[in-house]
Amino acid sequence: MGKKNFKMGMGFLALLSALMFMLVTTTSARASSEPKLKVGILHIGSIADAGYNQAHAEGAQIMKKNLPGVEVIGVENVPEGADAERVMENMIKQGAKLIIPASFGYLDPALRVSKKYPDIKFVHPGGYKRAPNLGTYWASTPEAFYLMGIAAGKTTKTNKMGYVVALPISFFLANINAFQIGARSVNPSVETRVVFTGTFLDPGKEATAANALLDQGVDVLGVIVDSPITVVQTAEKRNAYSVGYHYLGVQKFAPKGWISGIAFTWGELYTRFAKQVMDGTWKSENLLGNLSSDYLTIAPFGPAVSADAAKLVNAKKQEFISGKSQVFQGPIKDNKGVERLKAGEVWPMENLGKMDFLIEGVIGQAR
Amino acid sequence: MIGSILGGFLSGAIHSGTPLLYATLGEVIGERAGIVNLGLEGVMLMGAVAGFTTTVLTGSATLGVLAGGLAGGLFNLLFGFFVITRRANQLASGLALMFCGVGLSAILGAPYIGSRMEGLKEVRIPFLSDLPVIGRVLFQHDLLVYLAVPAAIAIGWLLFNTRWGLGLRAVGENPTAAFAAGKNPYRIQYQAIFIAGVLGGIAGVHLSLSLAKTWAEWMTAGRGFVAVALVIFSKWHPVRAISGALLFGGAIALQLQMQALGVPVSPFLLDMLPYLLSLGVLVVWGGAGRRAAPGSLGRVFQGTE
Repeated sequence: MGKKNFKMGMGFLALLSALMFMLVTTTSARASSEPKLKVGILHIGSIADAGYNQAHAEGAQIMKKNLPGVEVIGVENVPEGADAERVMENMIKQGAKLIIPASFGYLDPALRVSKKYPDIKFVHPGGYKRAPNLGTYWASTPEAFYLMGIAAGKTTKTNKMGYVVALPISFFLANINAFQIGARSVNPSVETRVVFTGTFLDPGKEATAANALLDQGVDVLGVIVDSPITVVQTAEKRNAYSVGYHYLGVQKFAPKGWISGIAFTWGELYTRFAKQVMDGTWKSENLLGNLSSDYLTIAPFGPAVSADAAKLVNAKKQEFISGKSQVFQGPIKDNKGVERLKAGEVWPMENLGKMDFLIEGVIGQAR
Repeated sequence: MIGSILGGFLSGAIHSGTPLLYATLGEVIGERAGIVNLGLEGVMLMGAVAGFTTTVLTGSATLGVLAGGLAGGLFNLLFGFFVITRRANQLASGLALMFCGVGLSAILGAPYIGSRMEGLKEVRIPFLSDLPVIGRVLFQHDLLVYLAVPAAIAIGWLLFNTRWGLGLRAVGENPTAAFAAGKNPYRIQYQAIFIAGVLGGIAGVHLSLSLAKTWAEWMTAGRGFVAVALVIFSKWHPVRAISGALLFGGAIALQLQMQALGVPVSPFLLDMLPYLLSLGVLVVWGGAGRRAAPGSLGRVFQGTE
């Protein structure tokens, strides 16, 4: 038993664990001819999560299908920070001309890499900072949550609905508020209970949170974490209704109790980005889509939703698109009784990041 | 109303405490034999992924539980190879094992994310499960929940009332003396590590087949480390581990239940509750912690040649 052996053993173990931990899976195929454009996309989690990551990954696949000759380099489970920078540089070395760092926390790493490579274009989802070669895109979701509120408020039998949410950040609070306002517009006695799990991925805790809400008599469950699978399945198992988020294909996890869902369908947008990069018309901008955009989609209604409710949802959707209706229209009181918007006032959508309260009728703590 | 709240809380506590209990029991056995395993998190993940994929492929949750236990046991034998045969540092090897388990389970499980399966079925005890409150809390669970407390008692009996347990504890206290008394420390430690791994694997299986009924990378979310802490909390005693796991699982269930109830306390503060509660109990109840630890815990048995 020499020291050398010990060192070798430890070295091997360290190497093995490093290899495993990196877990870099590239989906690039060896094309025989030179591709017209290589697009690199980074994911924070697994692309099979039926949630946030799968929505981005499928967007990239649709882009690839729309544009023959475009190649995608996809990397899953990239930690935010220095690892993300390395992965992006690696993609650029492989010839990627367009990079999609598809997680909020990739913004700063992407900005640093974009300075180093001014010829490479970057598009970041939800970013609040830009650079000449880094643009941002997202879709405003409160209108969609309002519509879900209408469908859910019409469907609930106990008049109690629940949301399992990762963290009380302003955009999520705005979504919950919009959901309750929409529900209240069709059902004045409805309430929404919120449980924050404190993390974007802990299925065990999400199940316990969902059960806690169902124990309170909640019969509609919505979810804002990375993967909606656990919460939606738990609702289905206990004969409650569910509202999906992020990905269009959540319905298969709760076919009976499915109400509807909000999904990001990035395919056509990514196709436009790739085309613009190829023909040189791409420019850095801040794209904020809405219900009329092709990348924010309301999922098909489930069997529990009445024709009447579906009609109300579609009518309201048109009002939002035409600008006739606003989600956050005063008077609005928060759930501590403080007036936040006076009658006639409107909370501007560009100030969503400043929403730090839950409205009347929502049971939960914003801070 | 009160009954339903209490019932929900207690049944949530039991459900989220069960994986913690199995993991803690495994770690107790390992540490009693002198081996600290910080890689428990990785072992649990291997169990969770093996159990989930087996259940998806075969449709049998029973096979899933067996596969998860076996995967945990085998994976922990790898750890045993490093710290027993290769005499590597336990803490460093444990952390390496954890990262290895995180990555390996993610690779193995990736094709199965989003797969649907029934999971472990609830087994309702006739008549008893219909009792108000108590029925829901105690008699509407899956088999792994029912078996958790008997397992703790059985392990307590094995450790403290059998020759095998005596040998195992002797190795943990002083392997050289145990060796002189005719015990084979290597063999005993390998046995302990394998059983610890099986229990860790079952802990993971309960998470993926019963609690969440899904697989996601790193779905243990730190429960392996909580279990290592619970070993100290329970003073290396399997029966005391029951209260530790219930307390921690209960605190998680309680904080989520309080939010669902609308108790006006910050969710950030509530999220700290399990840890604050554990700290509080350690402060009040701690004291003898050091004396309860096995004498050679964490030390590498250098052999006698």
